[in-house]
Amino acid sequence: MTTKDTDFAIEGHGDISVGVHGAGASGDGSASATRITPGNALRPEDIALEISRGQVKPSEDVAEFALRLGDDGLMLAQRLGHWISRAPELEEDIALGNIALDQLGHARSFLTYAGAAWGKSEDDLAYFRREHEFRSAHLFEQPNGDFAVTIARQFIVSFYQFELYTALTASTDATIAAISAKAVKEVDYHRDHSAQWVLRLAGGTDESRARIIQGFKLVWPYVDELFEDDELTARLADAGVTVQPSTLRDSFDRLTGEIMAEAELAIPGVPQAPGGGRRGKHSEHMGYILAEMQVLAREHPGASW
Amino acid sequence: MAPHGNPEEPASAASEIKREAPKVAATAASTTAAPAPAASVTPAGAKEEHPWSLWEVFVRSSRGLSHVHAGSLHAPDAAMALRNARDLYTRRNEGVSIWVVPAEAISSSDPDSKGSFFESPQGKDYRHATYYTKSEGVKHL
Repeated sequence: MTTKDTDFAIEGHGDISVGVHGAGASGDGSASATRITPGNALRPEDIALEISRGQVKPSEDVAEFALRLGDDGLMLAQRLGHWISRAPELEEDIALGNIALDQLGHARSFLTYAGAAWGKSEDDLAYFRREHEFRSAHLFEQPNGDFAVTIARQFIVSFYQFELYTALTASTDATIAAISAKAVKEVDYHRDHSAQWVLRLAGGTDESRARIIQGFKLVWPYVDELFEDDELTARLADAGVTVQPSTLRDSFDRLTGEIMAEAELAIPGVPQAPGGGRRGKHSEHMGYILAEMQVLAREHPGASW
Repeated sequence: MAPHGNPEEPASAASEIKREAPKVAATAASTTAAPAPAASVTPAGAKEEHPWSLWEVFVRSSRGLSHVHAGSLHAPDAAMALRNARDLYTRRNEGVSIWVVPAEAISSSDPDSKGSFFESPQGKDYRHATYYTKSEGVKHL
């Protein structure tokens, strides 16, 4: 090794060591297929830095909206995290873990940003709010069930989030747009992952097909809530921060419909649940998730490792 | 302006899902091996052959480098093998391209034949350019 010909001087990324030393064009025999580089992408820490410098501060409405998106991701990450060490295959274990971490990353960014309006950190919001203060939709807190139920839930979530984040990349709020631009690439992969599994479970054995049909039956009642407009989304849509959720429904129906048709699955004819998650009214599952998620932080406030 | 700059366009705005082998499992699995969800139903401890086949994964870490063998994994078909490889071997920003190859498609040299295969070139320094002295008057060497 002669000279260090790569210069990674990226502000705010100094805490991860960058182990790349000119293995590039030289055809260095020691170039590893598994070398580690952190890359350069928007992180929650970057948003926290901007907030501490007073460069960004969301309005009350924007913060409330970011809270919804953050809570969606947080609840789903908590649910998916439960699959770790329990998935049907090691490879799938890691795939679900990756998706959980992506969702947690989005949640951290949105909650960090939302908290700036009230002088709270992401941890304050995640660990020290009570059930009725969470703004996630009911779908995200639904139990994992078997693998097929988890895939059915993920399928709906990913196609919804993809349409939403795609729209939000054009948001007039620069931070919401930046978080969404990073998130949409990850959600695009979640969409592909769940669609692949819907096709395989539906086209696999009689058992796998019966399970994915049952899975969709269990989670489909929570679809309508995702596309409900309310006063907050109306005000923010006028300001160009977001779009009305109802405008995303056509694309969602078309794209999910294509996969469902290919899988020869019918859209379940189940009645829709009343929802209310955006107003803090949650299902009976929510309290248990929060208890598990918050117990450590509440038992040992301010603890760190 | 924020240090992260303008939001980029989403990776695939066309919003199409790629599926190379959507229903491979439908024909192969129904008669012989059961896919994973069903496999977990079999009695615990019953030793049986893995229902998913083995794939070797090759990752190219950046432009200009070759694909390098990174490891192996199980997957029901090629499309899922690629996705599993993405999740297992490129989650720390290691790659820009992945190949997956069915392990059974690889023919390898016999470790016991190491002597006859690889030791013969040893000592044959005349096979290296440095063995030869440069003739006088030859340019551009």
